[in-house]
Amino acid sequence: MSIILKNISKRFGNFSALDNINLEIPEGELVALLGPSGCGKTTLLRIIAGLERPDSGHVLLKGEDKTYHDIRDRGIGFVFQHYALFRHMTVFENIAFGMRVKPRKLRPTETQIRDKVHALLALVQLDWLYDRYPDQLSGGQRQRIALARALAVEPSVLLLDEPFGALDASVRKDLRQWLRHLHHNLNVTSIFVTHDQEEAMEVASQVVVFNHGHLEQQGTPSDIYDHPANAFVSRFIGDTNIIALESHHTDWLRSSGLDIPPQPDCLHVRPHDIDLSKATSDGAATAILKDWQHLGALIRVELAKPLPDGAEEIVYAEMPNDRFKQLALAIGDKVDLTIRQAHWFHEEIGRAPH
Amino acid sequence: MHNSSKAALQDPTWVRYGLMTLALLVIGLFLCLPLASIFFQAFAKGWQAYAEQISTPDAVSAICLTLLVSAISLPLSVVFGVSAAWAIARFDFPGKGLLTTLIDLPFSVSPVTAGLLFVLLFGAHGWFGEWLQAHDIKIIFAVPGIVFATLFITCPFVARELIPLMQEMGSEEEEAALSMGAGPWTMFWRVTLPNIKWGLLYGVVLCNARAMGEFGAVSVVSGHIAGLTNTLPLHVEATYNEYNAVGAFAAASLLTVLAVVTLVVKSYLEWQQQLNRPHN
Repeated sequence: MSIILKNISKRFGNFSALDNINLEIPEGELVALLGPSGCGKTTLLRIIAGLERPDSGHVLLKGEDKTYHDIRDRGIGFVFQHYALFRHMTVFENIAFGMRVKPRKLRPTETQIRDKVHALLALVQLDWLYDRYPDQLSGGQRQRIALARALAVEPSVLLLDEPFGALDASVRKDLRQWLRHLHHNLNVTSIFVTHDQEEAMEVASQVVVFNHGHLEQQGTPSDIYDHPANAFVSRFIGDTNIIALESHHTDWLRSSGLDIPPQPDCLHVRPHDIDLSKATSDGAATAILKDWQHLGALIRVELAKPLPDGAEEIVYAEMPNDRFKQLALAIGDKVDLTIRQAHWFHEEIGRAPH
Repeated sequence: MHNSSKAALQDPTWVRYGLMTLALLVIGLFLCLPLASIFFQAFAKGWQAYAEQISTPDAVSAICLTLLVSAISLPLSVVFGVSAAWAIARFDFPGKGLLTTLIDLPFSVSPVTAGLLFVLLFGAHGWFGEWLQAHDIKIIFAVPGIVFATLFITCPFVARELIPLMQEMGSEEEEAALSMGAGPWTMFWRVTLPNIKWGLLYGVVLCNARAMGEFGAVSVVSGHIAGLTNTLPLHVEATYNEYNAVGAFAAASLLTVLAVVTLVVKSYLEWQQQLNRPHN
């Protein structure tokens, strides 16, 4: 089901949680609402669900204006951050709840309910837990039961609030992949909220970046990573070196192989877009290798670029292990930098007020 | 809660035993001994006298009135308590802080004052006195007055028990129920109520003990008409004033049994609540 949000605004007292959000989510996508905490992403999810009313604007589900409809009439499934499983019901009853509360005429028979519950339990691979109570389950199991429960009413949109937020790192990794596959099989339009950019990039087919109630950018993970719309998105997604443009930098950057457009006052360089070689000629962009760390597949190199006033600026570069071994560098060596690509911004745009 | 004793907090033996003896002595002297003496006095003239005393018309009417008053005021304070707790735990509204404070008012006001307050409102010379007389409605010195006074005294019990419970629980489970298509009533009966059940029962038990045992406020509004407006506690006082010790202690023994039953049920409910507490 496609979701269209038009001019959504929401204030809590003096705090503007959402400021004129326009967003279109096509059918079947798995979308991440991504942003730092307090950016309004959860509020937006709750507005889509009908748990919260926008101060202005409209929520269109499948082309129908549902802004003032109750959550019950929206055909959504909601997975809460802390799962909100009914603690006095077994796993079975939790999942059956949505079917049991249907109006008598629409209510499935007991056999149908049982088949459906077991089918859903099989889907989340937890059939053996049907008679347990929520407090007897692990975090990851609760998460999957909550998902099965939300799917039991056959929602046309699945909304998940920080679905992996309360889980251990190792469980989280497995569940991310699992959710992606589940979405692939079910093909239900799904939206999840997260503050973890890695999670958004890994799981979602579309990422929407928020900051301070504003929608900063919407796109596929590679769009957002490769073409950040502004400085905030560039800084929030992945690692980046932020280099303020001052005259002494300009020469240095030119010699590293970059063309500098006239206006911008700051550039962002991804660490993996910096290549190193042992210092040779005088004209190259040089820096001192200060330190390096082993990140697994990559080596992170800490480079000190001397400034005219005697201080130094640290720039990080990343490269594969074997490339680093090839270079045979030691701490204190002088190196030349080659910057393959960079993004140019006016730093004010999208800057978070601190 | 483990019973592991912490060495650093270990007091000398004589301090420990001294404190324990003192506590036991005080409890024995001021609680157990009087309690035992109630039954001793009640049965001083044998079973038969006891049975006679609690089956006099006045005693029976006092018992019935007490049961009636608590039967009326209990459901009302449950409804009030659940609504107030719901409003305070679930919504933000102007005056919420004031309401939360006011709920405790009956605890801080002396029951006699509470009784007088109703006399001032509904008594013959009270604000609504003339109007009530004109319409031939009796509140003071009649059952409605006793119910009002009891309600005033008991209304905080359920609300105070539920407010922290519902605040701690949050509304996510209720929102989940709604998202799955449940209506507000279904949500309340099938999700909210089962979650607050033990706290609610606990509040009801305390509320009931107070409703049956209330003396001060009821004494002011009842008018002490034997056989008509005497509740059990008032009956105890009236018989005692008539130098009928066996009658007074027999009636008092009923209230004592109620107290003991209340304590047992209360401990059971506390234990259940511990078991059902959400462990996140």
